[in-house]
Amino acid sequence: MDDAPVIDEPIEAEPPPAPPRRIAYRHRLPTRLWHWVNALTVFVMLMSGLMIFNAHPHLYWGKFGANFDHGWLSFHGRPMPGWATIPSTYNLAAARRWHFAFAWLLSISLLIFLLASLINRHAQRDLAPSRDEVRPSHIWHDIQEHARLRFPTGDAALRYNILQKLSYVAVIFVLLPLMVLTGLTMSPAMDAAWPWLLDLFGGRQSARSIHFICAALLLGFILVHLIMVLLAGPINEIGSMITGRFRVPPDGSAS
Amino acid sequence: MDRRRFIATGASGLLLGGCDRLNNSPGFRGLLRSAEKLTMASQRLISPRDALAREYGEADLSPIFRSNGTARPGTAEYARHAAEQFANWRLTIDGLVARPLSIPLRTLRSLPHRVQITRHDCVEGWSAIGKWHGVQLWRLLQHAGLSSRANYIVFHCADRFGDKPYYESIDLVDAFHPQTLIAWGMNGHLLPIPNGAPLRLRVERQLGYKQAKYIQRIEAVDNLAGIYGGKGGYWEDNADYEWYAGI
Repeated sequence: MDDAPVIDEPIEAEPPPAPPRRIAYRHRLPTRLWHWVNALTVFVMLMSGLMIFNAHPHLYWGKFGANFDHGWLSFHGRPMPGWATIPSTYNLAAARRWHFAFAWLLSISLLIFLLASLINRHAQRDLAPSRDEVRPSHIWHDIQEHARLRFPTGDAALRYNILQKLSYVAVIFVLLPLMVLTGLTMSPAMDAAWPWLLDLFGGRQSARSIHFICAALLLGFILVHLIMVLLAGPINEIGSMITGRFRVPPDGSAS
Repeated sequence: MDRRRFIATGASGLLLGGCDRLNNSPGFRGLLRSAEKLTMASQRLISPRDALAREYGEADLSPIFRSNGTARPGTAEYARHAAEQFANWRLTIDGLVARPLSIPLRTLRSLPHRVQITRHDCVEGWSAIGKWHGVQLWRLLQHAGLSSRANYIVFHCADRFGDKPYYESIDLVDAFHPQTLIAWGMNGHLLPIPNGAPLRLRVERQLGYKQAKYIQRIEAVDNLAGIYGGKGGYWEDNADYEWYAGI
């Protein structure tokens, strides 16, 4: 008998060993605290702000602007529906109280976070885009990956990608400071104390318009942010923003 | 109600119901109110006492300066004054002063006056720029001999909302500010009736509802508790606006 190869009985195919679950510490305490303070504050600011907008739903450019002047955006009646405003029925005095009280929370927490991020180097290390990342080809590649809903895995999932970095930098260093400064410019007492505010924004009504535009951009950011959290795995993403710990999607996992 | 609207209403209803309930809770309202106190204290802290509101040029004047609130007081007494071109209008200054005054309008207009082009900001959000001619309030208070016990200056007006007279008040920081005027002129003319003829207040670091129109009487007081609703102004008493309107 020649040595015919012995063919074993086929065995049950064993699955390849699962990659070890890797948990990484992703968000430090200042980031997590600030995130949730903002989740509350920005929500109240947007909704009480929409009530204030209802009082005079016209926007102008320049130093002055009232009913007889040309507005670049104008609505009839009270355009913002009750479900989008605080309080839910028209009350300018109450909306202003909410807005100015939570404005303190927003601006103080923003200031502390900016300082903490510069001191613990979160801003420089995690948020500042590198020279490579801002190449148009890299950004275009990242846009394509996002469009295909292919999210980074392994170590890459622990870093912010370039679209994240750009949007976070825009919100933290541009939009939120602009909201605070244009808000202050609408205060007649602040304009007397810090007249440079009027020069910076080209007048009180311009500041009011910029305030509204930045609020709309922030709302846009929040919507995209929430969609991305849902697509990227809401339990892991939200959990990591609460505990700081993030389950790293293994390399090669097609998520 | 379509489905999308139903979901939006349901989701925000939960949150908003909470916000509306909070808004009705005296404790939470007290908390929000204390933030307003913080705002006023901070603004006063960073503002030099005589920090001036921006003054503009002729080219910046609003083509039409919007009139707001009362456009023409409805009382028979005011109608008579208007028919007389306010020839018999007098401004009374009393309360905590050494020498109560009753100044004829004509005399008031002959006093040294200040002209300023400033921006009027309504609590609702709009702004209009106008040119004001008037007597600095500090001169009048000095002339009347303001008592050291006075803390507030109250402005009693000729216009009524329903049966309630309009009034406003400011503290001495604003009363002695160089831009705080009892104005009798606007944009180079005598004050028109919709803008407060014959006398109105300009207190340039605060919002429009502080700029009392149709002023008949200026009263110096030590506190605001005994005056009408006790909150220092018509809108403060009736619509819960803040007394301090610097923001």
